[in-house]
Amino acid sequence: MTHAAPASIFPAAGKIALKRTPRQRESRLRLAGADAARLVLPLVLLGIWQGACSFGFISPRTLESPVAVVGALVELTVSGVLWESLVASFKRASAGFLVGGGLGLVLGIVAGLWRTGERAYDALLQMLRMVPFLAVIPLFVIWFGVDEEPKVLLIALACIFPVYLNTFSGVRNVDPKIIEAATVFGMSRAAIATEIVAPLALPSIMVGVRYAMGVALLSLVAAEQVNATSGIGYLALNPRASLRTDIILGVVLLYSVLGLAVDFLIRTAQSRLLPWHRSVLEKAR
Amino acid sequence: MNQAIRTPLLPVGVVDPADKAVALKGAAKGFGGRILFEGLDLTIRRGEFVALLGASGSGKTTLLRILLGLDTLDAGEGEVATPRAAVFQEPRLVPSQPVWRNVLMGVPRRARQRRQALDALAEVGLADHADAWPVTLSGGEAQRVALARALVLEPTLLLLDEPFAALDALTRLKMQDLVRRLCARHHPGTLLVTHDVDEAVRLADRVLVLRDRRLTLDATVGEARDGTTPAGARMRARLYAELGVDPLGLEAAGASGSAP
Repeated sequence: MTHAAPASIFPAAGKIALKRTPRQRESRLRLAGADAARLVLPLVLLGIWQGACSFGFISPRTLESPVAVVGALVELTVSGVLWESLVASFKRASAGFLVGGGLGLVLGIVAGLWRTGERAYDALLQMLRMVPFLAVIPLFVIWFGVDEEPKVLLIALACIFPVYLNTFSGVRNVDPKIIEAATVFGMSRAAIATEIVAPLALPSIMVGVRYAMGVALLSLVAAEQVNATSGIGYLALNPRASLRTDIILGVVLLYSVLGLAVDFLIRTAQSRLLPWHRSVLEKAR
Repeated sequence: MNQAIRTPLLPVGVVDPADKAVALKGAAKGFGGRILFEGLDLTIRRGEFVALLGASGSGKTTLLRILLGLDTLDAGEGEVATPRAAVFQEPRLVPSQPVWRNVLMGVPRRARQRRQALDALAEVGLADHADAWPVTLSGGEAQRVALARALVLEPTLLLLDEPFAALDALTRLKMQDLVRRLCARHHPGTLLVTHDVDEAVRLADRVLVLRDRRLTLDATVGEARDGTTPAGARMRARLYAELGVDPLGLEAAGASGSAP
């Protein structure tokens, strides 16, 4: 092996090509291994958690075991409470998102295109943005009662700002040189706004939408404090009284799954809506 | 024309389309309390390729912006023929539109036809890139698309604002030849703004120098295009001198270029 013939130092081209395939397979295996490695720590922690619960080191009052958490989710599913909560919450979150996100989109576009719009309300929105919206829940109850309206409006309020801010900056950050070129080539302001500014602002708008969808999910917990009898936010808060840590943790798990779902949704939308974008093109390569 | 009045954007389409592409008389423009140029007369005929040289800050880009309708004259009068088109230093393509749609940017929406774009792209050698996204193009390719976008309008006036400045040396030479060839075929009145003497002499029929608020030089290139001839070397030396480049460095360059 040490005394290799010259032929093995200069292998035929075919030989190199043959050698490549196993090497590629090997690197793919190594990648899969790297992915598996990510799971090691969570699984170990899960094992410790389960062990600590099973051997009685942690009382179920403080923390239920993973098996019990899954059991609680199964229980909620079988009784139909889970599905009912998801449907109720989905209706509130999507209504709030559509109202707030829509408003943020319109305000962002107007302020982005016309300085007058920016002067008229940008400062006001920046002030409102900093209001902790838990603090306005009592006001919303006084104004809008205890039915669906305050819940939906609270979510809408939270969704306005991420969409507004990202739309505004997306419209403003369109390369002025491209707009100048379009002007030279005789495009009207309306055509520039619809054919150039809108599509070029879309990546930024999508960032705002993604953020707003997350905010809509999170605001459910706050919104469903108000006289709610259903919804995943209600599900997360109600078991406080009965000290059901398994249900609380089950809802936490549910939230992370929903978060992943929103992410997946946005990423799919991005590759559909922004086929020209560098990030999408690089992924496709 | 003596008082500094702010005239509106230059009227377009007034110049006799068969003859002139640009006619400026007594044009003046100030910027930031400084006069860039005044009493400037400039005529560009259709089919004529004119290069405008000047140091940075000399106002040559401002003059070009005025001809593009992006800025106004402070005094004087002028007319610009339409259709006019431009190629800038950057391609300025719309990244959200495929190449062929970018080419049709200046075509009125109802008249846009893919066929036109494909023909224009074929002229710049990019027919097979019609459906590509702009971010996938190289700098030279993107600039050729920008050229196709200008030529598809069959412009009477073509304005080139240092369109080769961002390209690498080899791509620049190829692109210069392409521009020269296509201008000869479409014969628009062309104004190339640049600070590159070789580029100006290589491409233009006529070279202007903007310096100290006026056009200090207006020379026909003719046989001076070839830098290896005495006339060519003299023309380059004169342009460098006009632009205030170190004459010592020039003599060395001129000596190697001119054979008696």
